[in-house]
Amino acid sequence: MAVVNTEKLCKTYQLGSVQLPALQDMDLEIEQGRYVAIMGPSGSGKSTLLNLLGCLDKPTSGRYWLGGKDVSELDDNQLSLIRGKSIGFIFQSYNLIGQLNVIENIELPMFYQGFSEQASAARARELAVMVGLGDRLKHQPSQLSGGQQQRVAIARALANDPVIILADEPIGNLDSTSGAEILNVLDRLHKQGKTLIVVTHDTEIAARAQRIIKLLDGRIEQELNNKA
Amino acid sequence: MLLFRLKRTFKLGVKSLWMHRLRSTLTTLGIVFGVCSVIAMLAIGEGASQEAQQAIARLGSTNLIIETVKPPKKQTDTGDVETIASFGLTYADAESIRSIIPNVQVAVPIREIDQEARYLNRKTTIKIVGTVPWYTEISPVRLMRGRFLSSTDLHHQLAVCVIDDLVARQLFVFDDPLGLDVRIYGGYYRVVGIATQAATEKMTDSFAKGAAAVSGDSGGVVGNIYIPLTTAKSRFTELTASFSGGSQSVEKVELQKIIVKVASNEQVLPTYNVLDGLLARLHDKQDYQIVVPLELLREAARTRRIFSIVLGSIAAISLLVGGIGIMNIMLATVTERTREIGIRRALGATKRDIIIQFLSETLLLTLLGGVLGIILGSVIPSLVTHFGRMPTVITGYSLVLAFGISAAVGITFGLYPACRAANMDPIESLRHE
Repeated sequence: MAVVNTEKLCKTYQLGSVQLPALQDMDLEIEQGRYVAIMGPSGSGKSTLLNLLGCLDKPTSGRYWLGGKDVSELDDNQLSLIRGKSIGFIFQSYNLIGQLNVIENIELPMFYQGFSEQASAARARELAVMVGLGDRLKHQPSQLSGGQQQRVAIARALANDPVIILADEPIGNLDSTSGAEILNVLDRLHKQGKTLIVVTHDTEIAARAQRIIKLLDGRIEQELNNKA
Repeated sequence: MLLFRLKRTFKLGVKSLWMHRLRSTLTTLGIVFGVCSVIAMLAIGEGASQEAQQAIARLGSTNLIIETVKPPKKQTDTGDVETIASFGLTYADAESIRSIIPNVQVAVPIREIDQEARYLNRKTTIKIVGTVPWYTEISPVRLMRGRFLSSTDLHHQLAVCVIDDLVARQLFVFDDPLGLDVRIYGGYYRVVGIATQAATEKMTDSFAKGAAAVSGDSGGVVGNIYIPLTTAKSRFTELTASFSGGSQSVEKVELQKIIVKVASNEQVLPTYNVLDGLLARLHDKQDYQIVVPLELLREAARTRRIFSIVLGSIAAISLLVGGIGIMNIMLATVTERTREIGIRRALGATKRDIIIQFLSETLLLTLLGGVLGIILGSVIPSLVTHFGRMPTVITGYSLVLAFGISAAVGITFGLYPACRAANMDPIESLRHE
């Protein structure tokens, strides 16, 4: 079953009187449990595609089904709900909230979905243990290394058991050792059956993915399938 | 679940306010002063109002007080010659009022004479109040011991008196005054009762001063000695002589006051009009004035209203300035935390969630200011009472009002920054450094 399905997805930015097409007629289908890497030079439309897939932005035209549901016409509130429930974000710069400790950061998506205090605390602890941070639950993000922070972010992305996990250059800010650890965590998620969509320049990540989509000028330039 | 949300939101608010302690404190100061002045204003207003009501209770709101005043001197007669100027209220006036004016429950004629009272070798300055037994109905004078003047006393012109407790303390230091004789101007008066003025505490505001002037508390007089009016008439001359510039002028005044009591507050003004008409006909010159305590009360209320408006606008301005300060700081906070807002939006926070977060932070700030303001505002009135000699009363209602106002300021001035935070584009916010 395709969890992500787009049909002639277009995004055009209006810069003054100039129309700038960032994404043109994107037809994309991603099956449940796939590990997909999206690559391409800057300006090729990677971020735009990621924002659209992450329901942070609305397409100018075209359709987008996420987990079988058409989300291209939803309003802001409904999109917020979809983001919280069906999408897990992993950012290049971790984007943890500095005032909250590890547990509270992981709890955040559950908080907005209206989990009870006990349920969210239990799940957050479980996830923290899973990413190997069981001994740092009360630490502030500033007390953690980059790799650890990114692991907190991954735990947070998993909190609501999302349909897809979107990662934007997940190891871009990390040294190679921590980067490798993070990639191992992602591999593990993939093995557990999660659908991963990773935007990256890094060929090493791409090598781990099952499928590589190369973008250029807002279009799919090339699709490669790795032998798993 | 809701409780969890509240708890989290509250905790987060406290945390981020605590992170900028100095900033938060300075921001709340505006609210602190605003709330403080609201409470102080209400306390002073309430104090003045209660004081005025007490003063009015002393004079009696259903009373009308007619006083003798010296008419403006006419320069028609040529000096030198000894003349007797006769003016003021008369026994005939009192009788006319009693018999003609409707609604009058009692009319009490009062004769006042400043004299010295002696007992053994002690003496003190007192005011003789020549009056009638039903004087007690129009005055808050309370009998501590013995009895008040009776109609027998009045009828037989007996030499009896009722003295104020202050006078009793001055004259009869160790003796029990009841049954003893006071000497006034060569005559002896047996003490039959000791009275106390219901209110002897200091009166402060302008209204109370007026009331004091009406009740005739002049300097040096320790207290009153009440004797029957008939006794006063037969034993004391109605003439008073004064010398000025070599010529002697003699004044003749029968009664200093007539106090009229009507049944209800509504009858006061109509009675006043009738009374004024009657007296204008009986007197050919303006040698009397009618004081209406109810009117004094209304005047005092008007003065107080102006006072409240002035204080109220100061409080309002300070709350406004405080609110603007808070709005300013919250706008800065929102800008500072743009990225956090972006993260929260990406993780599923709706616009409403963001509004609630920032609004509750503002609310927390202003309620903190409100609490501090209430604490400070509870201290200030007692300082005002102590140094300014003004009575103040803090009512529970004023505290609730102040708290409500600070909450309202928080919501009003927090709404715009919160909406601005909520309406930020999540993508832009995430990119914000």
